[in-house]
Amino acid sequence: MTIAVKFFASLREQVGKADITLDSQTVSSVSDVWKLASGGQPMPANTLMAVNMDYVDAMHTVTEGDEVAFFPPVTGG
Amino acid sequence: MRWPFSHRSLGVEVSVEIREQGFDPYREVSDYQQTVLDAAGKYGATAVFIGSMRDINEGDAVQAMTLEHYPGMTERYLEKISKEAGQRWDIIDSLIIHRVGDLHPEDPIVLVAVWSAHRAAAFDASRFLMEELKSRAPFWKKEVLSTGSRWVEKNT
Repeated sequence: MTIAVKFFASLREQVGKADITLDSQTVSSVSDVWKLASGGQPMPANTLMAVNMDYVDAMHTVTEGDEVAFFPPVTGG
Repeated sequence: MRWPFSHRSLGVEVSVEIREQGFDPYREVSDYQQTVLDAAGKYGATAVFIGSMRDINEGDAVQAMTLEHYPGMTERYLEKISKEAGQRWDIIDSLIIHRVGDLHPEDPIVLVAVWSAHRAAAFDASRFLMEELKSRAPFWKKEVLSTGSRWVEKNT
């Protein structure tokens, strides 16, 4: 299963990458995607997650071709 | 195209735009009314909110700021809340413009404008749009101080 992963803002700096593509048969949830894509770093408690540009929680199931994004609390406006 | 996320045929009129260059919010409101808003004589109320950059935050002088967004999701989220505002209040049209990129103190960051027949809907919908934007739209600010840079963590 191929998953496109994106990190934004402080999480991009923390993880050290902006975009990666995962090709894994073992990931099933957004939480699994974080573990694999971040290299096993603990996820900060306030992390926000989106799948295909909609907010989800860490237990959301991912499917082939999904775009999964991780980012810190938002500070626009 | 000037208004890339404009949906003017769905009943609820909304326009959302992310700008990489500085903009004059007063001129945007005026231009929008003259060139896009097809409702002259229909609206009796225009509520306008403009957010601009301050030169101090958390007690520190701020020299500059970089605003980042999630291309695609940010626009989609702003469209979603604009349509929701159109369902909750009796408004005629709404416009959101938000800056990204490098900003300096006094630069406009965000414009929210709402047009309605009477004031209550325009006031309430514009407040709703700003509060939803601040709490959920994927934007992030990084400030430049004399001592280095830092991500903004508190969204007051």
